[in-house]
Amino acid sequence: MSWTARIGAALALVLAAGSATAAGGHPVPWQLNMTEGASPLSHQVYDLHMYGFWVCVGIGVVVFGAMIIAMIRFRRSKGAVAETWTHNARLEVIWTIIPVLILIALAYPATRILINESNTGDAGLTIKVTGYQWKWRYDYVDYQGRPVDRVGFISKLASASDVARQLDSGISPDAIKSKTGYDDYLLNVNEPLVVPTNTKIRFVITADDVIHGWWVPALGWQADAVPGLIHDMWGEIDTPGTYRGQCAQLCGQDHAYMPIVIKAVAPAAFRGWLAAQESRARLGTIARTAQLTPVPAPAPRG
Amino acid sequence: MATHAATHDDHDAKPSFAQRWLFTTNHKDIGTLYLVFSLIMFFIGGSMAMIIRAELFEPGLQLVQPYFFNEMTTMHALVMIFGAVMPAFVGLANWMIPLMVGAPDMALPRLNNWSFWILPFAFVLLLSTLFMPGGAPAAGWVMYPPLVLQSGESLAFTIFAIHLMGISSIMGAINIIATILNLRAPGMDLLKMPLFVWTWLITAFLLIAVMPVLAGAVTMLLTDKFFGTSFFNAAGGGDPLLYQHIFWFFGHPEVYIMILPAFGIISEIIPTFSRKPLFGYKPMVYATASIAFLSFIVWAHHMFTVGLPLGGLLFFMYATMLISVPTGVKVFNWVTTMWKGSITFETPMLFAVAFVILFTIGGFSGVMLALVPADFQYHNTYFVVAHFHYVLVSGAVFAIMAAVYYWIPKWTGHMYSERWGRIHFWNSVIAVNVLFFPQHFLGLAGMPRRIPDYNVAFADWNMVSSIGGFWFGLSQLIFVGNIVYTVYFARQKASARVWEGARGLEWTVPSPAPHHTFEVPPVIMPGMLAHDDVSH
Repeated sequence: MSWTARIGAALALVLAAGSATAAGGHPVPWQLNMTEGASPLSHQVYDLHMYGFWVCVGIGVVVFGAMIIAMIRFRRSKGAVAETWTHNARLEVIWTIIPVLILIALAYPATRILINESNTGDAGLTIKVTGYQWKWRYDYVDYQGRPVDRVGFISKLASASDVARQLDSGISPDAIKSKTGYDDYLLNVNEPLVVPTNTKIRFVITADDVIHGWWVPALGWQADAVPGLIHDMWGEIDTPGTYRGQCAQLCGQDHAYMPIVIKAVAPAAFRGWLAAQESRARLGTIARTAQLTPVPAPAPRG
Repeated sequence: MATHAATHDDHDAKPSFAQRWLFTTNHKDIGTLYLVFSLIMFFIGGSMAMIIRAELFEPGLQLVQPYFFNEMTTMHALVMIFGAVMPAFVGLANWMIPLMVGAPDMALPRLNNWSFWILPFAFVLLLSTLFMPGGAPAAGWVMYPPLVLQSGESLAFTIFAIHLMGISSIMGAINIIATILNLRAPGMDLLKMPLFVWTWLITAFLLIAVMPVLAGAVTMLLTDKFFGTSFFNAAGGGDPLLYQHIFWFFGHPEVYIMILPAFGIISEIIPTFSRKPLFGYKPMVYATASIAFLSFIVWAHHMFTVGLPLGGLLFFMYATMLISVPTGVKVFNWVTTMWKGSITFETPMLFAVAFVILFTIGGFSGVMLALVPADFQYHNTYFVVAHFHYVLVSGAVFAIMAAVYYWIPKWTGHMYSERWGRIHFWNSVIAVNVLFFPQHFLGLAGMPRRIPDYNVAFADWNMVSSIGGFWFGLSQLIFVGNIVYTVYFARQKASARVWEGARGLEWTVPSPAPHHTFEVPPVIMPGMLAHDDVSH
């Protein structure tokens, strides 16, 4: 799309953008606001964000309103004569106390959400996330109290985007599309992270080389992946779908090119997928063992 | 011998260029050097911003490789913070503090010369890394390990440049404290000082407290990189987060180092053009001191996403939110100063009013960022980029521009072009919002910072932002034009007081201020000072 056409199309989209974000799986053109996401936490975070926003708007209306009135009414060109008072103790006490009360009203819900956010117990699924320059590794640790048998893989930028992103590639980012026609340039991977819906998932996040940031906005949080440290957070996706995110912490030259894609499926489908992955891992082991182990020599008779 | 002594004392003697500028110990000359240096750095840092915005104009890579893009974001920040904003405030302090407190010069004039002349060498070192094998540091201005330890050998040059900047800042701060505490004219009590002097006094203590901390942090990086230590290397028993704690213990007070003198400037300008004394002088001083104190206990809000324990998150959230109380007091006091005044809108006042509104918008996003659960969505995104550019560009930089328009008649003896000042203002204030307001939307939509390329959904707002960026950049040429005009070509002479509503000692000396002022301490008369009624 040429950029003039893009601006034209955008004018139509700009009003719809606010509501379009509700889907939350990926950013949309002219998006104005945070996604509501697809997790109990992300809904709470969205509500807190909007609450903080409207409180700021309210304060802004009062403060900027007073300023604008002053700038209109008390101009010398309108004949205003300056008064000479310099202080008013009561006013000063009032505008110290009111902000403190507003802050308490903001801090209370923020604290409640944060306490909820920090409770990573009782998870149905544990996934280990490891950041590398410049890809993610996912290892399934346990599912419904049972250890998962060697299911893990590397997830990196899909090759279509990787070719198009090169300087002077000659490929327009608009040409990169998913099977469903979504413009997934730089937000597509070779292998997505598959998770079950309506299951509390504990993510344990670390890194192997430098610090990365694992961020899927639909989950409602980002978590730095720090070498030598384990960072745990939780998420629970309520709607099946594809949820996209990116590395949030500068991690070197290809920081922009290590996206995250989560594919959330119904628990039954997830169990099937996980079983297939586990048997593939076992078969792979048997195949490798068969190749590598020398055939034993027949035992001598007699 | 008599002739020699006479020549020595002759103020009209024309020293050679090197004697005048290289060996100067005069606070006004050094102030000018700082300001010119800062303006040059503003354009070098600005041209890096133009490269960043040009690459981000459209999705896809068009101009530079990702690594060079990272070099640009890193160097843009270092140059703007340490080269443009901080030296501009030190330059204003050099020019104005002795004039405001009735001192003949800074307390330590030779140290003053050294403080300045370290800077050009520090920045030659820093900028030279762009041309070294492996390139300039590209790990962001925060230089987090382990990433920064992957830099080339040029890291040593960067660290040495930062050491030099720190030495320069510390010496400048010592000089400012010594001047304010020792060289005030009789009758200039601490609680009669102009707000600009007060904010700088507090800022100078912040500088002395935190610049050594930064020096320590980067020295540990140096030994980790070149001498095999493991301060920040997890594999060697170190902790990468230790660096972040140390860095932000410096970094957060540093943020206030870049805004407190701006508060001082705005507190000078608004009363002058409202023709009404500053409302709540003492609360303004106490609010500044409170902000300075709180700046030491909020550092981990830059690290909310690293995995801090719940108790730590709550403490740093509450402490951070508290900062909005004294900051709010300042904003309310400025608005109340304007209330029932007799206001005119010359260029300094236009910039000051824009400062109050746009800085407050940056403050609002700051309160939102303080809410930890919401920060988990804002952190490391363009929402943060929008936030700190609102407080630093339409905050600190606008205050510096307001100060230049406000005091340049005093410095040069000529009035700047009011018409072009207004053209500069309106272009700047509209462009800065076109540039930075859409970045809030980008961040909320999920665009991380420090990326050279992005999904097509982010294309439209990025294009708007880039157009605003080029517009803002070009508008600053008007500023330079107006300064050059004022210094070399302006005909309209400035009076000693310059502005009808101006109060304070700096307006009692002629315009331009003579090379030496207050060689004999001034006798302070009633009504001469802006704040000589200490009952409030």
